Amino acid sequence: MADDSPAFHPDPEVMLAYAAGTLDEASSVLVATHMALCPRCRRESARLDAVGGALADGLEPVPLSAGALEATLARLEDHDQAASLAPTEACHDHATLHSVPEPLRSYLGGDLSALPWRWRGFAVREMPLDIAGGGVRASLIRVRAGAALPAHTHTGVETTLVLSGAFQDGDSRFGRGDVATATHSIDHRPVATPEAECLCFAVIDGPLRLTGPVGRLLNRFVRM
Amino acid sequence: MQSISPPGTTARSHDALIEAIAASGDRSAFAELFAHFAPRLKAYLLRLGADAATAEEIAQEVMLTVWRKAASFDRSQAGAGTWIFTIARNRRIDRLRRERRPEFDPSDPALVPAAPAEADQTVWTGQVEGRLRIAIDALPPEQSDLIRRAYFEDLSHREIAEQSGLPSGR
Ligand SMILES: [Zn+2]
Repeated sequence: MADDSPAFHPDPEVMLAYAAGTLDEASSVLVATHMALCPRCRRESARLDAVGGALADGLEPVPLSAGALEATLARLEDHDQAASLAPTEACHDHATLHSVPEPLRSYLGGDLSALPWRWRGFAVREMPLDIAGGGVRASLIRVRAGAALPAHTHTGVETTLVLSGAFQDGDSRFGRGDVATATHSIDHRPVATPEAECLCFAVIDGPLRLTGPVGRLLNRFVRM
Repeated sequence: MQSISPPGTTARSHDALIEAIAASGDRSAFAELFAHFAPRLKAYLLRLGADAATAEEIAQEVMLTVWRKAASFDRSQAGAGTWIFTIARNRRIDRLRRERRPEFDPSDPALVPAAPAEADQTVWTGQVEGRLRIAIDALPPEQSDLIRRAYFEDLSHREIAEQSGLPSGR
């Protein structure tokens, strides 16, 4: 399976914000969907969760009000009786099941072929997704084989996860599961490779990369 | 300062307490877990901006989830402290940020499984939590503070940019 594993991963700071629960929802969908395709980042995420667990356990305890335990004990039985909600299993066609892992699949609202795609030029179709979070835009993007991806014209950070096909950006080839992070300052013009259509999930104006030292700091001692 | 007992000094580990809840609905095990974790969960939620009443309410909800989901706890996947932290983190996103917490589905047919050699690499169990805490405490204060802020502060892009003096990118 090693050959299937992605070569390009989310920034360490983005993984950290996902573990801390401070990342916006759209970027979190991208990280979690990458993790479905990337055993390495699943391990990294477990590590960062353990750091959070260790830090939270080390906090100075703040006593709850008197009777909080008794009140909670009294509610245990309610929960015993509460019917557990079965997850709704949406049916998807093979192409959608294969190309789009969870959690992104649950945000589609239908099969890939049935979505109301909008043309953006001759070779690109876009499907904006409704994901909460102030100022962050998320879209599925389909690019015809050999065609250029949409130009990066805005000032924010754009993060792209490849779901099928591949694109070439300079010397780098981004295939299924790979994450490309582009900023305005990077002059690039990625092009879908000629073999097949390229399907991507893009998050625009996601997290700024301002917490760099934290990611490096964590990397130094977390690998134990 | 309240003293914190090192792992292994109590009769039953936190992992074992959760397993006792799963096995037999052990209410004394729950009370013991509550005494340790609920005040830390309240502290965690206060750090992230919840008011005292909300922090206490969410801490209690998290402990109820521990009771209800005890059977899904797997000490080979995560230690008790980590497992409870992730429940609290997700509950906070739900309640305070009013967003969903997207996570991958381990049973997804599209999931790429780990290679066999990778599967038995270090597991992040309860023992590791203790080692991590020692490692974080051993860092210079400004460095450990940076890590704590990453986990315990939730600032919008703009706020972070203002604090750091960098442009917010808009
Ligand atoms: Zn990865």
